[in-house]
Amino acid sequence: MIIYGTALLAFCHLMGLFLGDLLGALIGVKSNVGGVGIAMLMLIFLKIYLHKKGLMPKETEAGVGFWGAMYIPVVVAMAANQNVVAALKGGPVALLSAFAAAAACACVIAALSRSGRDDTAFAPEHHLEFTEEEDI
Amino acid sequence: MLEMLNKILIQNGLVTAFACVGIAMWLAGVVSRKLTFGHVHGSAIAIMIGLGLAYFGGTVTGGTKGLADFPLLAGIGLMGGAMFRDFAIVATAFEVQASEARKAGMIGVLSLLLGTVIPFVIGAAIARAFGYTDAVSMTTIGAGAVTYIVGPITGAAIGASSDVMALSIATGLIKAIIVMVGTPFAARFMGLKTPRSAMIFGGLAGTVSGVSAGLAATDRRLVPYGALVATFHTGIGCLLGPSVLFLATRALVG
Repeated sequence: MIIYGTALLAFCHLMGLFLGDLLGALIGVKSNVGGVGIAMLMLIFLKIYLHKKGLMPKETEAGVGFWGAMYIPVVVAMAANQNVVAALKGGPVALLSAFAAAAACACVIAALSRSGRDDTAFAPEHHLEFTEEEDI
Repeated sequence: MLEMLNKILIQNGLVTAFACVGIAMWLAGVVSRKLTFGHVHGSAIAIMIGLGLAYFGGTVTGGTKGLADFPLLAGIGLMGGAMFRDFAIVATAFEVQASEARKAGMIGVLSLLLGTVIPFVIGAAIARAFGYTDAVSMTTIGAGAVTYIVGPITGAAIGASSDVMALSIATGLIKAIIVMVGTPFAARFMGLKTPRSAMIFGGLAGTVSGVSAGLAATDRRLVPYGALVATFHTGIGCLLGPSVLFLATRALVG
């Protein structure tokens, strides 16, 4: 049943936030510490466990998958809630930190991808052709 | 008539929000295809529309919650609020294939960690240079430089103000757009031509939409390798942002 997946997700969400609050109280931070991250890790491990047990039929997966697919729309709604007027007063901060972060990462990518041994290669062309739908 | 419609829209706020966001995303898709020829990802344009409308809402109503300050669109506040946001983000963890992730190996993990720490340090340092000297604001803006999801999640967890959160989202969004648009041009410089380099890119460039759009515009075959690592990005950022990185920042600046 599809609700099993959504309930599993809800369980992880609530447990993660609870553990995050608990962790926050333990280390003396007046906030939730990594609750969403803990919930994600719980879901990853529970998925693997249930999959091995054969308790994860397609319908159950769809109960989680739907909410994963809703992530961009929810983020769009979240963007529409933000106090943009106030943010624009600090405009250069956003622009400068974004550019500096992207530039620094590009340099590290360039260094890392040239370092070490790279023995990875793409599968032969014919394996990939027409298996994916065209962009746009 | 109009009053009746108005009443229905207000009474069913969340459903109204679903419809409105759907329309915004459809519009964004059209703009992405027709005006940018697919160069800028539809989701990035939809988020820009959202931020633009939030600016409009903030100017008209003088409130702090963007579009949600219009009574007609209060449902946007629920849909984009903490509960739905966290629920949807936790759900994306389901797309991570642990067996494939193991194949990504140490270099993927290393680039993920670097891709979280480097943007964070740069974002936090620039925030401080511009007068955001408290640990909460520095952490939130630094986390925003990681991805536009990690920023608000971190900010919400440590109690940042709404304007710092918006700044953090703006930072992440601008970075995602830079990655989408800039990747094809910087591909040669970054040595982006093998699955391994795509995984390094996915870990360091962050944001799934930025990575998948950027790689698609470079070489379609790179996409799954980069996206595989990038799906971990938000999770690791959300785990480290409000915890280790916040504590480290607080220890440094007091």
